[in-house]
Amino acid sequence: MHRTGELYGQFQTLDQQKESATLGMWVFLITEILFFGGVFMAYTINRHAYPTAFGVGGNMLDLALGFGNTVVLIASSFTMAMSVWSAQTSRKKAVPVWLVATLALGSVFLGIKVVEYKQKFDHHLIPGHGFDITYCSNNPSACGLSGKALEDEKKEIEEGIRAETDDPNTPEGLARGLIALNAHAQLYFSLYFGMTGLHALHMIIGAGLLLWLIFEGFKGRFDANYNTPVENIGLYWHFVDIVWIFLFPLLYLINRHLA
Amino acid sequence: MSSVQQPPLSPQPLAEQQLPREHYLNATYGIRSWLLTTDHKRIALLYLISVTFFFFVGGIFATLIRIHLLTPGGYLVTPETYNKLFTMHGVAMIFFFLIPSIPAVLGNFLIPIMIGAKDLAFPKINLLSWYIYLVGGAFVLYSFATGGLDTGWTFYTPLSSIYSNSAVTPAVIGIFINGFSSILTGLNFIITVHTMRAPGMTWFRLPLFVWANYATSIIFVLGTPVIAITLLLAGLERMFHMGFFNPVYGGDPILFQHLFWFYSHPAVYIMILPAMGVVSEIIPTFARKPIFGYDFIAASSIGIAVIGFIVWAHHMFVTGQATYAALAFSFLSYLVAIPSAVKVFNWTATLYKGSISFDTPMLYGLGFIGLFTIGGLTGLFLACLGLDIHLHDTYFVVAHFHYIMVGGAIMGYLGGIHFWWPKITGRLYPEYLARIAAITLFVGFNLTFFPQFILGYLGMPRRYHNYPPEYQVLNVMSTAGASILALGYLLPMIYLTWSMRYGKIAGKNPWPATGLEWTTDSPPLTENFHETPVVDWEPYDFLHRPELGLLGATSKKPAPAHGDD
Repeated sequence: MHRTGELYGQFQTLDQQKESATLGMWVFLITEILFFGGVFMAYTINRHAYPTAFGVGGNMLDLALGFGNTVVLIASSFTMAMSVWSAQTSRKKAVPVWLVATLALGSVFLGIKVVEYKQKFDHHLIPGHGFDITYCSNNPSACGLSGKALEDEKKEIEEGIRAETDDPNTPEGLARGLIALNAHAQLYFSLYFGMTGLHALHMIIGAGLLLWLIFEGFKGRFDANYNTPVENIGLYWHFVDIVWIFLFPLLYLINRHLA
Repeated sequence: MSSVQQPPLSPQPLAEQQLPREHYLNATYGIRSWLLTTDHKRIALLYLISVTFFFFVGGIFATLIRIHLLTPGGYLVTPETYNKLFTMHGVAMIFFFLIPSIPAVLGNFLIPIMIGAKDLAFPKINLLSWYIYLVGGAFVLYSFATGGLDTGWTFYTPLSSIYSNSAVTPAVIGIFINGFSSILTGLNFIITVHTMRAPGMTWFRLPLFVWANYATSIIFVLGTPVIAITLLLAGLERMFHMGFFNPVYGGDPILFQHLFWFYSHPAVYIMILPAMGVVSEIIPTFARKPIFGYDFIAASSIGIAVIGFIVWAHHMFVTGQATYAALAFSFLSYLVAIPSAVKVFNWTATLYKGSISFDTPMLYGLGFIGLFTIGGLTGLFLACLGLDIHLHDTYFVVAHFHYIMVGGAIMGYLGGIHFWWPKITGRLYPEYLARIAAITLFVGFNLTFFPQFILGYLGMPRRYHNYPPEYQVLNVMSTAGASILALGYLLPMIYLTWSMRYGKIAGKNPWPATGLEWTTDSPPLTENFHETPVVDWEPYDFLHRPELGLLGATSKKPAPAHGDD
């Protein structure tokens, strides 16, 4: 079995082994870019097709939670980088500590994501038959909306209906506008859940990998001679972080009406 | 006169040969030693068994389709069942036979040996990819068994995501899972070729089979994730009523088609490129000449992989995409003809003035060149924007892609299986039976699919369960050809299996051929080589390789392969 940088049978030298593993991880990350590329493409096309409805949808997200998560994730990338650096400089004891910090921050991210998802569920923003973009403006108490925020949301939806309808001057036209807005906002939320869900799934896989690293790290396995797993899982972690760096502005910030 | 000369004896006379005492097949015993193996050669055999299984699953559906189309009224199965038959035929054949066939079986077995390595860079990931394939395959078989699949192998939305009443969800999950098997295989090959080459094995000494599989791996790695996400989105739409491609929510079904073909057109090159690699090995071996234009053939593999990514929308000329986009894709599609023609011309030039012998692999190789040329040229008809409006979704398309996939990819696969069978098993198959099978296949194939070009040109649409009576003669011809074709597939199954026990001992290099894989034992050791080989010869060079035993005392011209005058 493979222990502390032992040479696998198929390789001639440790350098060759490390080069293979690192190159393998980079190629894997390329496949990940293509994987996320498909859903980013779907987002781009539809954002272009329905800018207003997507704007309405984006304004229903909780900016504070989204921003908080961005900070948490960037911090986790820092702690991950620190654990790689600790391994490379043979600070064996520091490696698992930084890894635990990374895992903790990743868990905080996922926890906040759960809170956000729950909120969307309560606000009838889950794609499906119960989807209702006007739920919060019609039931402000259920969503905790009042005052200026409620006014803004009502105005937002009003504008959305006017942008989506073919005839803003008749009640029938406005009703058609509402149906269109609801449909296209549902498309936005399909993409929101698809993209953030896929990202969260990658976080969960990353957390599993971190658990293994922590376990091995506490045994003192990673030092300057052997740190390929820390480095490669670090690469993966940073990649998942970068995906979020794209998701946050695309989903939360475009067309944002700051109160 | 060269005809007076005795062909020199091969270094070891056949009668005295024995299998090596220890090789990868007898290194360990027991079911565990196979199911938990990390030996690329054993994993290749596991793949061989599983893709053959799926080939026969797909073949049964094809048989039923051809019997059904024997009569114009379509009496054998109901229209709904017919939809399921052609869908399941396509899914089984494309995703579970053609795509993994050459890379996962021959590529897995040969790439490490050809470059002088002990194994692939990631042997455990290699085994994992086989298990992923099995899990994906199980989901798809479950779908077949519990309601079937009627969307066409293309899974176009909204039929697949909303309206179809068949078992789409498990099929989509199965193909999604199976994609990761392809990705991991491609990744493994790329890294292996980069980091595991033996001393002296430079990039331009790599066998062209390795180049072809490297190009294929690029498509695996760049294309497969896109089909994965596309089917995932379609699956989410079906399961959770999300609206990515659903027009009710403003989603765009055409977007699904774009994403689908972004993978699935390059996937065609996943099927044909490795077969081209096989042919590039067979032709110089049995023409006894170095391959003509090595660099160009190597580069054209990469060229096909790259150009393959910018032609996808030629599958969508009648979907209502922008006219100028269609025009651009039509022109871009023609570009594929350039690297393809480079290959065909270079093989032809290799044959020119060669000492050609018609051993079984060569029959497949020559068959490939002819059939691929027909399939490729009819592809240009379909790339032509104006003509495609007439030919789209007719049997012309069906005939075209079967010429590429069956006439090209499967001919190449069987040619490769025969060519390397002595290396894989250490034994020879019965040569004359094998030649008869190869010719049977060629005849059966052409009789099956050539009439379909005419049917399509006359206007018979694909995927219909019945047709006007005037098309019956050609359909009967096609079905008759399919019966011959089926015989042609059964024969190798029988004699190859027989030869595993009773075939003549092959020796290290029965043809003889020039590649590194022929310098080691047949079957090879688990570690492939007794000691790490050092490569000091150029690829496909017969003249400077006296150990091959081909050079006569007075003639500089290599002697023909055994078994021919």
